[in-house]
Amino acid sequence: MAEDSVLGMSVSALQMMLRKRSVSSVELTEAFIGRIAAANESLNAVVTVCAEQALEQAQEADAALGRGEYRSLTGMPILHKDIFCTRGVRTTCGSKMLEDFVPAYDATVVTKMKAEGAIMLGKCNMDEFAMGSSNETSYFGTVKNPWNLDCVPGGSSGGSAAAIAAGMAPLVTGTDTGGSIRQPASLCGLTGLKPTYGRVSRLGIIAFASSLDQAGPMAHTAEDCAIALTAMSGIDPGDSTSADIPVSDFHGALDTQIDGLRIGLPREYFNDSLDNAVRERVMAALAELEKAGAVLVDIDLPHSHYAIATYYVIAPAEASANLARYDGVRFGYRCEAPQDLEDLYRRSRSEGFGEEVQRRILVGTYALSAGFYDAYFNKAQQVRRIITEDFHHAFEQVDIIAGPSAPGVAFPFGTKQTDPVAMYMEDIYTLAVNLAGLPGLSAPAGFIDGMPIGIQLIGKPFDEQTILNTAHRLQTDTDFHMARPTLQGLAS
Amino acid sequence: MSWEIVMGLEVHLQLATQSKIFSGSATQFGAAPNQQADAVDLGMPGMLPVLNEEAVRHAVKFGLGIGARIGKRSVFDRKNYFYPDLPKGYQVSQFFSPIVCEGVFDVPLEDGSLYPIRITRAHLEEDAGKSVHDIFGHETGIDLNRAGTPLLEIVTEPDFRSAEQAVAYLKALHSLVTYLGISDGNMAEGSMRCDINISLREKGSDELGTRTEIKNVNSFRFVERAIHYEYERQADILDGGGCITQETRLYDAEQNTTRSMRSKEVANDYRYFPEPDLLPIVIDDSYIDTVRQNLPELPAAKRARFLAEYGLTEYDTNLLVPNHAIADYFEAVAESSGAPKLAANWILGDLSAALNRSELSIEANPISAELLAGLVSRINDGTLSSKLAKQVFEALWNEEGDTDEIIAARGLKQVSDSGALEYMVDDVIANNPDQVAQYIAADDAKRKKLSGFFVGQIMKASKGQANPQMLNELLLKKLEDQS
Repeated sequence: MAEDSVLGMSVSALQMMLRKRSVSSVELTEAFIGRIAAANESLNAVVTVCAEQALEQAQEADAALGRGEYRSLTGMPILHKDIFCTRGVRTTCGSKMLEDFVPAYDATVVTKMKAEGAIMLGKCNMDEFAMGSSNETSYFGTVKNPWNLDCVPGGSSGGSAAAIAAGMAPLVTGTDTGGSIRQPASLCGLTGLKPTYGRVSRLGIIAFASSLDQAGPMAHTAEDCAIALTAMSGIDPGDSTSADIPVSDFHGALDTQIDGLRIGLPREYFNDSLDNAVRERVMAALAELEKAGAVLVDIDLPHSHYAIATYYVIAPAEASANLARYDGVRFGYRCEAPQDLEDLYRRSRSEGFGEEVQRRILVGTYALSAGFYDAYFNKAQQVRRIITEDFHHAFEQVDIIAGPSAPGVAFPFGTKQTDPVAMYMEDIYTLAVNLAGLPGLSAPAGFIDGMPIGIQLIGKPFDEQTILNTAHRLQTDTDFHMARPTLQGLAS
Repeated sequence: MSWEIVMGLEVHLQLATQSKIFSGSATQFGAAPNQQADAVDLGMPGMLPVLNEEAVRHAVKFGLGIGARIGKRSVFDRKNYFYPDLPKGYQVSQFFSPIVCEGVFDVPLEDGSLYPIRITRAHLEEDAGKSVHDIFGHETGIDLNRAGTPLLEIVTEPDFRSAEQAVAYLKALHSLVTYLGISDGNMAEGSMRCDINISLREKGSDELGTRTEIKNVNSFRFVERAIHYEYERQADILDGGGCITQETRLYDAEQNTTRSMRSKEVANDYRYFPEPDLLPIVIDDSYIDTVRQNLPELPAAKRARFLAEYGLTEYDTNLLVPNHAIADYFEAVAESSGAPKLAANWILGDLSAALNRSELSIEANPISAELLAGLVSRINDGTLSSKLAKQVFEALWNEEGDTDEIIAARGLKQVSDSGALEYMVDDVIANNPDQVAQYIAADDAKRKKLSGFFVGQIMKASKGQANPQMLNELLLKKLEDQS
């Protein structure tokens, strides 16, 4: 049995240990499964554990490592957000609707990471259908933030974030439609990357809003995200929106040299409504980068304030169609003893979907309705283009853009749940990045009253390398990413 | 009151592709339920569509075939509605920007004239599955084999003024798409289904009346009947001072009536929006040129060529051209025999009759073009009389060999040797002195009748092998000599 010390280690450190054979994949797998067993009752971060299957895979990985055969993730235990379809393993998307759904196929991301040698420990809790910023909408219960069990971990990839922070795995996958990787990464003290739209295949990822959804890694460090991104990326003939752009070795190309890097600071992000403590931490991180040679440039993203409104038309509209297939006919939840077809539809969907999902389906249906399409959906599409152009103009002046990842640190359960708009504001700094399809990353920038807070770095399309380099440089000069929660107060 | 009927047609054409429009499942008709439906067709979570390029090419072929404008950037949209055989809860279609834009299709009418129909648009979409109501008692079964089958929906302007025009359009469309090879056009299997929008207005009026839409009519005959029925129904209502309700109606072929579907169906708000899982279809000029260069000869061009090149009648041409298998067959027989008119006569006459009798299509024709050309050649060079040719045709149909083999085996060769014929004529004249006397005494009209007797005798004696034309000439000359 490996020491508990492996539990907080980075992927890159574990990769080296596995290759040197100073730890075996079976030992790692057992250690992480042990931590899940010990901590999950309190945190509720993981909804399905695949211990037996994981140990079998770990044995094969050890055999391969013994023969000197390894790929980027050979023997590395990971967790997948429960939005990625996994063949033969229940995939719930955090919903009663899919409580018993067992896909007959793997998502491309799952296939690719398996091919790279990763060991799947299980599946992570999440907001229902990825709709939420606090992981409070999950049918499988709230997830607790390992830094403070009274607080949310963020969402929608809240289970994934809590799992890493609590040492249940060194690497998890998440998806980010409006901030669902970056916001929980910020709230749990992690590094999380949302790649450029099209970088990672969406095939086999349960759709929320197809034109915004993008999968990415969450880990302790930018270096780990670089390793994972290379493993996950690439054009997929099964996803027409995946991009035919060569995938470089993001890890191999990591470079701490950022001398002369122009970092844009949008005035609209650093305005009066930004919380002072958050501003202080973000500016402190930026000062570190300045010391390393980066140049800070004030920029404008003049239409930023339309991002939330735009997002909350487009995302629900797409969701209203994407979720129409859950009708009780072919798979998923079906109500008891339907009276007729309409009753089957109405009750299956009313009983199978939670409140937030129903709210967004209704909003989206409304925005697409005859007489409202032009005023809402069409207008939102136009504004989306303008927001995208704002970024393109900004990138004529700067190499990357920086700002806060979230308006504040993790908040206590229940405080925003009754006010949807307050909850939607959680993603005020992240949504526009999805609307523009850009890569965005959140990296630890310090603590406010003991709770982590992140800085967001936004890159040009398909230039994940530069934001990874910048975060890596930050993590070379600071140690916020090294901090781990004490996990005091856990049930066992 | 005298009413004018005004109609527009929407045809759903199933495109002949190997696999479905957005998945790799096969599209063959008649498979066991749900055997041709994969995770994409079932709308399983996380599944994504991938566009079948063959369907795009077929649509472009159609657009070029009717001389329509091709949409250079067409976009798929989601058409949202709930139905148990619609797995995703939306149909992927093209609403805002179709792949085929406006065009004009010249429809040949029975009298040989062309009637131009304006095509509004044609767009790609996926078919839904099928609800099965008669197998599981109270419960409904779902068969998703058809779900995702590529369709081209072809929409016309309200340019039709009679059922005959509508049927002529559908026949011409059927001919065009089978020529293009983009659909098998099999109406019985649902490869071509027609929705008819019908309204009436006072003769001479410019305004359109309230219309009804008759859904899913699947034969030429039913289209004609449905239109006649619906015309009478609407005229009765209007004559009685009533108003037409805008609604969708179903044609019931057994009762020969149309009946209203639930009015709820009409009130659907489909909430179209661009399909985010698919990229726009971008078509450039070089793609269009390539498709255009590979277009086969189309019915209109073939019709013109048959008239000019083979000297056929308008009537024969209109019968030969619509089915390209028949047209190809004709052309092969005509080329190989060098006798196009004779070839057309045999194909439209004896061959058509034989195929009809045996309920065979031209594809299942037991007489190859080469075999029929052999027969036509032997008629053309005088070897066979038309009477003998019919015997040979029967033998060809029964696959007894080629024409020359049959002639040899049955000794059917026409006697065209003047010496042999002269001997036969002399013989008959010598043996029938009474008739010869009658002939000599008769006037011209009666003589014609009487000469038939001599011809019949000679034909009987020669077992039909005497060359009739030569025989006639010789006989008349000999009888003349007698008088």
